[in-house]
Amino acid sequence: MNPEITLLTNSITMIWLVLTAALVFFMQAGFAMVEIGLTRAKSASNIIMKNLMDFAVGAIIYWAVGWAIMYGGLKEFFLMPDIPGKGALFQSWMFQVVFAATAATIVSGAMAERTKFTAYLVYSLFISGLIYPVSGHWIWGDGWLSRLGFHDFAGSTVVHSVGGWAALTGAMILGARKGKYVKVGQEVAVKAIPGHNMPLAALGVFILWFGWYGFNAGSTLDGTSSYIALVAVNTTLAGAAGAIGAMITSWFLFGKPDPSMSLNGALAGLVGITAGCLVASTTGAVIIGFIAGIIVVFSVRFIDHVLHIDDPVGAVSVHGICGVWGTLAVGLFATGRREGVTDIRGLFYGGGWHQLIVQFIGVAVVFFWVVATTVVLYMGLKWVTGLRVSEEDELLGLDISEHNAESYYGFQIFQNQ
Amino acid sequence: MKLIIAYIQPQKLNSVKQELYREEVYKMSITNALGCGQQKGYKKSYRGVDIEVNLLKKVRIEIAVNDNFVERTVEAIIRGARTGEIGDGKIFILNIEETIRIRNGDRGGIAIG
Repeated sequence: MNPEITLLTNSITMIWLVLTAALVFFMQAGFAMVEIGLTRAKSASNIIMKNLMDFAVGAIIYWAVGWAIMYGGLKEFFLMPDIPGKGALFQSWMFQVVFAATAATIVSGAMAERTKFTAYLVYSLFISGLIYPVSGHWIWGDGWLSRLGFHDFAGSTVVHSVGGWAALTGAMILGARKGKYVKVGQEVAVKAIPGHNMPLAALGVFILWFGWYGFNAGSTLDGTSSYIALVAVNTTLAGAAGAIGAMITSWFLFGKPDPSMSLNGALAGLVGITAGCLVASTTGAVIIGFIAGIIVVFSVRFIDHVLHIDDPVGAVSVHGICGVWGTLAVGLFATGRREGVTDIRGLFYGGGWHQLIVQFIGVAVVFFWVVATTVVLYMGLKWVTGLRVSEEDELLGLDISEHNAESYYGFQIFQNQ
Repeated sequence: MKLIIAYIQPQKLNSVKQELYREEVYKMSITNALGCGQQKGYKKSYRGVDIEVNLLKKVRIEIAVNDNFVERTVEAIIRGARTGEIGDGKIFILNIEETIRIRNGDRGGIAIG
């Protein structure tokens, strides 16, 4: 190719990836707002600290070891050596670090209002430095799952399921917030602990959706790709269909269209299309998103009412369960018409069962990897630093007990729960 | 007829309610209150600077009961709210001259229950 054209192409891609990395970074704000909105006022500053620090700690450890494990060689710890002409390496790191941080911060919501801050800091180190990079290497770093033909375009499994499963084991090992599941005789009564600020939760979801255009469209990894617009269109349609799916499902189940479930539904649709936003058609994106919106409502109900696992924001359902759905959906909805990028074809487009089986293998492998490593991590933390705050501290709220601070100074907010 | 007024720690309201329920005391009014007693307040910090918080958040419970219910109500509040630390709160008992149920004009002990 003409060297001038190559230079121009590389420049456009450089700008595209740094810009979309910034969009994905902004999703940290979205996660923080969703989590604060859906929990109680007495722990809001603790949530801010967790969301700030899982990025801060995660970025440093991803610089030190994470990126090297996932993409580089082991010689590239600390992005060493600092020699000219490494623009492509920095471009890759910048775009990938925000994905690592997304996986890490998903867990915060499921473990909200009862986790020891020190334990959370240590957790952040391990997920961004080891757990996420290893499974990420298998799928995105030219590891064995990618060679098997496993397709996860922007990370339904690599990012969202990893975060979702770590959230599941975390919430299980921690136990529920006090007063969430009350034993009445032989029965366990499920109590609602309403979030304290629905407008903040909604703002968070809109910020996440905004950031998702970077997340998915940026994952083309090519600023001159002709598929950028298709990916963005699919992302939009799936988010919209997810919100509608969850709204209808909640309307049907609860008698009224539920705001926080509909917000979860938009996220569920976005998580669902993340794996298949390149290979699915626009019709496929609508179906994938809509089904994700239905799944998320039933999943939240099931985890709460049947499993009695306390997940205040629905992180396990949105990211874990819908991440699985999105990844499997690639094996169903891949059109096989993405010349020059990938030729995978799903069951519904005459590709047979092969791709679906490969997708299933990837989903299962990541599930076992994350569950095994996080159970060891949380049990270890429980033993070393303690994972959960004392009952007194939990009642008082983590703002005061963990940070000696208050989130709404001057407002008379009393917590009686 | 007595009016029982108790000031307790906000985070103890739930256990007090449970204890009252067990003693078949179902009626109460709850308000948020700020106050201080022997505990005198606590120190909090904002950006590294100490803030002395003098008025603490408390919850005020008011329960009107007939005389034969006074002791068990008081016992229940104590069981629910007591930690043994300074700041657990206080209970006051006042005489009630008259009680009237607005709905049907009932007066006296029958209007309380």
